[in-house]
Amino acid sequence: MTGFHLAQVNVGRIVAPIDGPELACFVAELPAINKLAEESPGFVWRMVDDDGADATTLRPDGADDLLLVNCSVWESVEVLRDYVYRSDHLRVLTRRREWFTRMTEAHQALWWVPAGHRPTVAEAVERVALLREHGSGPRAFTFRDPHPAPTA
Amino acid sequence: MSEEQQDPERADPERADREAGEGPERADRETGEGPEDEALAALGALGDPVRRGLYRFVAAAPAAVGRDAAAEAAGISRSLAAFHLDRLVEAGLLETVFRRLSGRSGPGAGRPAKLYRRAAREHTLSLPPRAYDTAGRLLAEAVERAGLDRELQAVARERGAEQASGDAVDTLRAHGYEPFHEAGDEDVVRLRNCPFHALAEEFPALVCGMNLALVEGLVAGRDDRAAGADRWSAEMSPGPGRCCVALRRF
Repeated sequence: MTGFHLAQVNVGRIVAPIDGPELACFVAELPAINKLAEESPGFVWRMVDDDGADATTLRPDGADDLLLVNCSVWESVEVLRDYVYRSDHLRVLTRRREWFTRMTEAHQALWWVPAGHRPTVAEAVERVALLREHGSGPRAFTFRDPHPAPTA
Repeated sequence: MSEEQQDPERADPERADREAGEGPERADRETGEGPEDEALAALGALGDPVRRGLYRFVAAAPAAVGRDAAAEAAGISRSLAAFHLDRLVEAGLLETVFRRLSGRSGPGAGRPAKLYRRAAREHTLSLPPRAYDTAGRLLAEAVERAGLDRELQAVARERGAEQASGDAVDTLRAHGYEPFHEAGDEDVVRLRNCPFHALAEEFPALVCGMNLALVEGLVAGRDDRAAGADRWSAEMSPGPGRCCVALRRF
């Protein structure tokens, strides 16, 4: 058992305000898909806003009301991959362009945190910035280029 | 910025490559044989109709099968089936697993049985050489970068509907999905094979979305479909070692 867990962040720009009709289906999917995450093998934690249900009121960039952030912690890259790409989450993921605009820069980052650590929004956004600036590395990486957990 | 940064949703191309077999750089310098010779050798093993029948039986089975079951299905002796099955393993078309069929374990449980299942490796042969897989990968990356998921899904649904026949399960079988009824639930059909496997591993959101739309089209067809035929709906139901789409009767 490693003393490290995998943190994941992704940011996404919604095509219209979160409470509008364009995003209604996305918002309706959230409770079930978040519940699925929590019940998935290897799930540790997910970031929620003050409402406590999801992270849809968090804004990583105060000047950008359409930029959402999603952050969670898992036991390994494999368990996260199984949830993202091999569960019912995949069904929702295939509808991403109905709700989110395509970002040209990196919008997702993975990194290792000591078990028990809970990332903040600022910390998560910093990892995306690291990936954009330096490419995939031990401090911020991608599914395509996973880095092993620190050994100490 | 590197390409990897631009496409973090490309999940694990190395895994897809592993499963698809080695690349052309693995051509054997000693013999001068390349991947085309390897593919010819593998596919040549299927020239024998008995062996081809055994291969199809094993490939279509929901789980690994033993020599007895394969021999019975092919109508040949157990020893002849064993010979052909082992030739198919040598050719890289099947692989073996050892498992106790009885469910017993510990002393007295007997030796584990040798079971056969289709090898994960892909064999592609095109004469003259064609590289539609490379074209597919390039097109997928371009579509991904441009964010054209919905346009791709629309094309897939349209083309699928054009190729639909009266029987949804037959249509999917003809398209290589290898459908089978879920054990204990005749209202669910699962698809043992993903025709887009390597591409789906690399671009899961894009390609699985395309595939779902294609299957929706193949299953629904156009309005002039035969009356009275079974009606199925396609749904995303990902699981290990199979297509992410399943059919449900309605």
